[in-house]
Amino acid sequence: MTDRSGEIVKFDNVGLRYGTDSEVLSDLSFTLFPGSFYFLTGASGAGKTSLLKLLYLAQRPSRGSIRMFGRDMITLPRGDLPDFRRRVGVVFQDFRLVTHLSAFDNVALPLRLAGTSEAKVLKTVTEMLEWVGLAHRIDAIPATMSGGEQQRVAIARAVIARPQLLIADEPTGNVDPEMALKLLRLFEALNTRVGTTVVVATHDVHLLKKVPESLIMRLHRGKLSDPTGALRYPPARTTRSPSKAFPGTPPEMGARDAQSTDERR
Amino acid sequence: MRGETDHEIATDSAVRAAPAIASAQAAKLLPHSRFGGPIPWVIAILIALVVLAAAGGLALRNLASNASADLSDAVTVQIIEADSAARQERAQAAAAALTSQPGVSSVRVVPPEELAQLLEPWLGSSAGSADVPIPALIDVELASAASPEEVAALQAALDRAVPGTRVDAQSAWLRPVYDALAALQWLALALIALVAIATAAAVWLAARNAFTNHRETVEIIHLLGGTDGQITRVFQRAVMREAAFGAAIGVAIGLAGIWLLGQQFAALDSGMVGGAALGWGDWIVIAAIPVAGVLLSIITGRITISLALRAML
Repeated sequence: MTDRSGEIVKFDNVGLRYGTDSEVLSDLSFTLFPGSFYFLTGASGAGKTSLLKLLYLAQRPSRGSIRMFGRDMITLPRGDLPDFRRRVGVVFQDFRLVTHLSAFDNVALPLRLAGTSEAKVLKTVTEMLEWVGLAHRIDAIPATMSGGEQQRVAIARAVIARPQLLIADEPTGNVDPEMALKLLRLFEALNTRVGTTVVVATHDVHLLKKVPESLIMRLHRGKLSDPTGALRYPPARTTRSPSKAFPGTPPEMGARDAQSTDERR
Repeated sequence: MRGETDHEIATDSAVRAAPAIASAQAAKLLPHSRFGGPIPWVIAILIALVVLAAAGGLALRNLASNASADLSDAVTVQIIEADSAARQERAQAAAAALTSQPGVSSVRVVPPEELAQLLEPWLGSSAGSADVPIPALIDVELASAASPEEVAALQAALDRAVPGTRVDAQSAWLRPVYDALAALQWLALALIALVAIATAAAVWLAARNAFTNHRETVEIIHLLGGTDGQITRVFQRAVMREAAFGAAIGVAIGLAGIWLLGQQFAALDSGMVGGAALGWGDWIVIAAIPVAGVLLSIITGRITISLALRAML
């Protein structure tokens, strides 16, 4: 469900402070459009994680207005938040896997929370773990997995329920350069083939060059700047070719979704 | 835009209902404690105490009820007269007067030998001596309970026929005993209420601790779109499992205690103690205690987790 204007997220003059401290985010106004790929950059402490928390509905702003999927998030009753959280996939910087659950059960969580039948969970999760190259680690618990493997489990969990918005916080911070590139290609595949809006927060400027057509939002001391026109309307965006790092369409994301992505564009 | 609409419908239908996670999967979300924590054992002790207190309270109620039923329709007439021949003569006259009174179903003059036997533990062998002036006693059974009005009517009738007699309702003698039994029943009830509060407090603490220990998991489930209801049910399952285990152990300990106490009291071979025996209704009440304990734990756990979740976004 996107807004009638085609916006998936719209921030208007948003500010965030923790307690009585000064604002960590100030006067943020921007719009995220369906099917776009955004990088959120900035030095450590610039406020990237705080902004992402607002996007994945872990935090309410201190001021301003946030609309997501056509609804005002400021006045949204607390009981309605889960509906919207299920439309957002999140790859946390520290993975945040449930430590006593296997790779399979971690990835299955969003589907089980949505009431998917176990037969479908088994099929979908198995395919997803194969897709991210973890078919042989299906029963492994996070403590026995490498950083890259945990990262891929976190990504599989974030995308398994086909979110409309995918948010990744420093997703390449804990993996080697080769794996970082593979993960980035995975996000591209989701973006180009499924139409998922992707927001990747990173302080690695080299990463930005790997997706040249992406839009960049830069945070500096809690304020946004716009080096690539991401904040303009319409955004300065070009069409990109599909990635080849994770070949094929992600599981459960077939032709219908690819078609709908094309329609949206 | 048809594809997008389909996606919306699929997403909405999946999330609106906020379904329960399948039992086996929900059970995995919190690591099993294997009953190693203190809570099942605390609940076991508390349930055992409640079972014993309830059994005691019910037995006292039965005892008081049976004793009251036996004595409520009986009165005793005393005739105080120093001369034994005159005493017996007046007793016969009083018995005759009582027999003609309405509401009197039977009259029995207690033989002097029986009185002497009753008093022998206190007065020794001299109880039967003519030198000891023992009042004559008449047992009177009424057709209904001896109300104060009925006792007063009998007293008036006897005053006219045989002056100097004294009429007492037998239940009045045992009034202090009944009062003590009633106080013990209230004490048992108060103990049950206190233990129920202690159980709720123990479960509240345990649920708070479990929530704190698994806060990271709760936050992850929340951010993945889990509802408060789904998270509460996961904790509720864990509480129910531990409470059911504790209640089963507790009721077994309590029943063993009741059996042991029953054996001890049965050895007294007293008719009065026999009136305290537990009936089917009493056993049903005792059987309901562990069920009530588990329900109380579930409700307390649910409220505790719901309140803790409300403090989160």
